[in-house]
Amino acid sequence: MREAGHGAARLLVVDDNKVNRLLLTRSLELQGHSVASAENGRVALEMLRRESFDLLLLDMEMPEMDGFQVLEQLVGDLQLRDLPVIVTSSLEGIDSVVRCIELGAEDYLTKPVNPVLLKARLGASLEKKRLRDQQKEWMRRFATREVAQDLQQSGFALGGKRVHGAVMFSDIRGFTPLAESQPPEETIELLNTYYTLMFDAISSHGGVVTLMAGDGLMAIFGAPQPMPDPCGNAVRTALEMIETMDLFNLERVAAGKPPIKIGIGIASGEMVAGYAGTNERATYTCIGDTVNLASRLEAHTKVAGRTILIDSATRAALSDRVGVELLGTVAIRGKAVPVEVHSVNLGQKL
Amino acid sequence: MTQPTIDLATFDELKQTAGADFIMELVDTFLAEAPLLLDELRRSFATRDANVFRRAAHSLKSNSNTFGAHTLGAMARELELAGLDPVVRANGQPLEALAQEYARVTAALTELRDA
Repeated sequence: MREAGHGAARLLVVDDNKVNRLLLTRSLELQGHSVASAENGRVALEMLRRESFDLLLLDMEMPEMDGFQVLEQLVGDLQLRDLPVIVTSSLEGIDSVVRCIELGAEDYLTKPVNPVLLKARLGASLEKKRLRDQQKEWMRRFATREVAQDLQQSGFALGGKRVHGAVMFSDIRGFTPLAESQPPEETIELLNTYYTLMFDAISSHGGVVTLMAGDGLMAIFGAPQPMPDPCGNAVRTALEMIETMDLFNLERVAAGKPPIKIGIGIASGEMVAGYAGTNERATYTCIGDTVNLASRLEAHTKVAGRTILIDSATRAALSDRVGVELLGTVAIRGKAVPVEVHSVNLGQKL
Repeated sequence: MTQPTIDLATFDELKQTAGADFIMELVDTFLAEAPLLLDELRRSFATRDANVFRRAAHSLKSNSNTFGAHTLGAMARELELAGLDPVVRANGQPLEALAQEYARVTAALTELRDA
């Protein structure tokens, strides 16, 4: 929303008093900002919900809806609660200042507002907002949208909750010899392309990538946000991943490079999902038997010579239309009883 | 109260930071708005509406101080803080004093604007 050159911001001035409104608007415009104004809190909230602003300058004493009520509304609004607010008021008493700060106002300026002070406070608030926006952008890049949303809505707390979902593990077959046979730059480029394609397939079915390690990745379906059909989504994702790799390999082979093969294991059931780590460094992940089983199934694809293996819980949740072949029971490390392993037929459209 | 009606230092600073043309417009706005605030004070005094009374006094205080009309600002502040009761006890006399001071402010601001 920024126009008018470097450091210029889009601001909203709210004051019921026309003299104050004109004067503040003028001061801010002289500082190069683009300014809109509203004569009370109700009108201001309507504007904030309609247009995008970088910062709000808010008077407290107003008819219809006063500044305190505006601050309360902003705190409760997911879209607006990060909007920085500078209170400009001539309210008497330190309690009102404290109340504003407690309600989330970033700064407090007494009227008549000193232009030099205004410029300094405004600059500081806008800089803080810029950093916060950048952090949000980084979080989007490194955390996936679903986890970022979950963090924004519920905040961060270590520890997990029990969820029902499906876990997927996937990795590249014969990656180590491949990596050794080519320059590292080429391997990084290959991994970037691979991850881009896989992330796209996973997130388009509502999955969340929780782990990337070398050539392997782990994804969850059904957490942090529950979904109606986690098993179906996981299997559809797996088929799409394979299909995408086939297309990718056509290009590679045409360029004289060896094709990339991947193996995928999927298991479903109850698991514990949440943030694990320390308060300083944590990651969103899932743990439990289901997760271990998915990892073992992925490893077993090499032994079985199949591409997508799923457990019987996942099989049971799928519709009968899905073409699956029972491979029999397999002794899995960490499981006392051998488990049934099913192979998903490739090339089917679900 | 030995303060001048308008503190020239405050007024000049305002003129410098906001621009001479803009100040003319701002003075006109004040001279149009302030009588409405005085009316609101009288009306809310008559109907004993403490909230409206306080808010009008608050606005008048804030605007007066903007232009350097500190005496008017101080009188309005007193009304804002003390509320209706003392005005009721004094039979509305403080409102008359306020109107008289406002008349002085109007004259001074008009002169400054046309200077």
